[in-house]
Amino acid sequence: MRFPIRSLSLVLTSALALAACSSGGDGGEEATTGAAAGCAPSSGPVTLNYTTWIPGIETVVKAWNDKNPNIQVKVQTGPNGNGGTYQNFFNQLKAGNAPDLGHIEYDALPSFRVQDGLLNLAGCQEVTAAKDQFVEWTWNQVTFGEENSIYGVPQDAGPMALFYRKDLFEKNGIAVPTTWDEYAAAAEKVKTAGGYITNFSQSDINQFAGLAWQAGGRWFGNDGSKWSVNLADENTTKVANYWQGLLDKKLVSTVPPWTTEWDNAYNTSKAWTWVSAVWGANSIMSGAPDTSGKWAVAPMPQWTSGGTVAGNWGGSSTAVFKGSKHPYEAAKFALWLNTSEEALTLLNKEANLYPATKAGASLPALSDGVEFYGGQKIYDVFAQASTQVAPDFTWGPTMTSTYASASDGFKKAVSGSGTLVDALKAAQTSTIENMKSQSIPVAAPPAPPAAPRPPAAWCPPAPLPYPRSSTGAPTWANAISRRSRTARFRRSRRARSTYPCAFLSCHPSKRDGPGGHRCPARPQPASGWSVLTLRTTPHQYGLRARTRRKR
Amino acid sequence: MRNRILPMLIMGAGTLYFLVPIWWLLVGASKTRGQFSSTEPLWFADFALFDNLGELFAYREGVFLRWLANSLAYTGGAALLGTLLAAMCGYALAKYRFPGREAIFNVVLSGVLVPATALALPLFLIFSSFEATNTFWSVFLPSLVNPFGVYLARIYATASVPDELLEAARLDGSGEIRTFFQVSSKLMFPALVTIFLFHFVAVWNNFLLPLIMLGEERLFPVTLGLYSWNTQVNQAPELRMLVLVGALVSIVPLVIAFLLLQRFWRNGLGAGAVK
Repeated sequence: MRFPIRSLSLVLTSALALAACSSGGDGGEEATTGAAAGCAPSSGPVTLNYTTWIPGIETVVKAWNDKNPNIQVKVQTGPNGNGGTYQNFFNQLKAGNAPDLGHIEYDALPSFRVQDGLLNLAGCQEVTAAKDQFVEWTWNQVTFGEENSIYGVPQDAGPMALFYRKDLFEKNGIAVPTTWDEYAAAAEKVKTAGGYITNFSQSDINQFAGLAWQAGGRWFGNDGSKWSVNLADENTTKVANYWQGLLDKKLVSTVPPWTTEWDNAYNTSKAWTWVSAVWGANSIMSGAPDTSGKWAVAPMPQWTSGGTVAGNWGGSSTAVFKGSKHPYEAAKFALWLNTSEEALTLLNKEANLYPATKAGASLPALSDGVEFYGGQKIYDVFAQASTQVAPDFTWGPTMTSTYASASDGFKKAVSGSGTLVDALKAAQTSTIENMKSQSIPVAAPPAPPAAPRPPAAWCPPAPLPYPRSSTGAPTWANAISRRSRTARFRRSRRARSTYPCAFLSCHPSKRDGPGGHRCPARPQPASGWSVLTLRTTPHQYGLRARTRRKR
Repeated sequence: MRNRILPMLIMGAGTLYFLVPIWWLLVGASKTRGQFSSTEPLWFADFALFDNLGELFAYREGVFLRWLANSLAYTGGAALLGTLLAAMCGYALAKYRFPGREAIFNVVLSGVLVPATALALPLFLIFSSFEATNTFWSVFLPSLVNPFGVYLARIYATASVPDELLEAARLDGSGEIRTFFQVSSKLMFPALVTIFLFHFVAVWNNFLLPLIMLGEERLFPVTLGLYSWNTQVNQAPELRMLVLVGALVSIVPLVIAFLLLQRFWRNGLGAGAVK
């Protein structure tokens, strides 16, 4: 499956050929070796399609188009990623008419990566050279910590800090918490003063992820061949137990986030702090206009006194999709969009994006005091936080379903049934199931060390439930009486359940389960990333999962 | 009189139940952004409806008005043409005898059972192979067909267009097409209005098809536009107010359509029931 690159790009014009290529070649390898030559400039004027939902992006793109008559960018827009645009991307990849560039949040990048929908930009010199311009952890979000792979250009970041009501803290003589212990102690005092220290969000799992990220929780890992999933690791459990404690003592309110009720809690001084990302500054401003001038920002509370670790909530990248005919130009635009001062200033002004570059932190727009926060230079706090985010946090390939499952559990925990840790464990189980149903290789959960399996060959043929002719077709003509057929069937069922490796229970999802049959491992694709087929809709995942379970 | 109290109470409660959200929307849309979350949700604060409307229509060079016009084009156009198609098809199935008539009718009927949502993705793939996604036609063409309309037209034509009349028309030398437009369609008029209204509402509410097909903002119908704004509220909080006001404006065409055509709608609803 090796074409000379020029003819490859010609062939790529046909959707059919694209499907053939991506299913024929080993995705990961093809990407890394093919990208180097694939990043050659096109001749003549080029038009790129760019799909994003950043408000006001037209202004930014216009600035580029005015200066680059030969690389014109056309913006397409739509709802945000999880609101439908990611699904559209998958549909378009399937149909072979994906845009050249797309806006993808960090937590969704792996799902596009496992579906082999992204172009590896490691062959583009300009992109590789830009590494040092970006804050380390944002760069890791698009390379997944692998050598020779760059699956997008980091766009924005969401370093977290503590927003607090300066006036109320001072009035009640409460010190601004620097550790989580102090934060819990302050919560008690705030409660006495008639407020809540914060609102615990039951559906913003990515906020919780940011808190866990800070504490050292690492939810996913990929060793190149298999994924590991550990939503309830030691550090995450610590965070979950901490917030469970605050919930149990009713020290935090639990109104649904991003509603008017929630805005109101902040606007009427019922909630006093918010541990949130840099873009949260704008949310408070618009949601709680009556509290103008009364807020301030402090670094995130720490787990160890004197520590300097921050979490991250949100952030996104600009990725180039597989099938783009102009990867060089696309990469060039993505770099300009996310590193040039002009674009970053515009993005910040129009959409409140906080740049992922090191230089971006000192944009003029980000160095002024903000009136709403009593004139404090709040972005200095975030600039520092951005450098304190640990670089080794990886998102999983099925975050949408992980979020949904965890959010269900969190809602239950908030209303008093179950705990946050239970919710995380349930999300862990369902995530692993979901990944297996998509044939994404998952390592066994780390908790119980798996017993070494005896090496085995492929499954020997299973006993057949019915007598068959030499061609393998059931010999219905033998006219087995109904009774004897049933007996045979029962016998064969028994045989199947005792048979060590009967063909129907040999599905990989059963392999490692409790009481599952020991089946020899099927040869897995070389990279844990490459999945052979491109699936499009979650419905399809669901259907696959169900049919398999039924069998 | 007494035995009407209970039904009136139940109906009253039902009316209240359906009207409160609209009232909330009207009140919410009339407030300023700051007052929206801080004042009583079901009663007016400072009346800023016209300021909000001005802001809505001016936002992003009036893209909202464009969406509104798109919606009217998609729904109005598709409903008019679709009604004509359905009427002709139903009339032909009712009044002409030809081999395969029942088979065609049954296929159309089974089409009623297939939800439009299920067809959106296949349609996307089909349009992709013609490179026709992200165009006006990718939403307009699929919206034209309406199996339920065909069903209704057939039932109504059977009931309301007497064969004798068609015979008389033929004897007088009228061609089939002229007969349809000048005789039959007049007799079928109440049913046509019903079909039009059903179709109008169905296309107006069909959200998934434009969501999947369209990426160009200037082609969006108003439903999709408001939805995408609503998902961007976290990034651009000023959009929340615009979504509210936009939602209020976007129900106006539907309300007008219903007020104008409701007596036909009522007649038409019962049309298929008796015969």
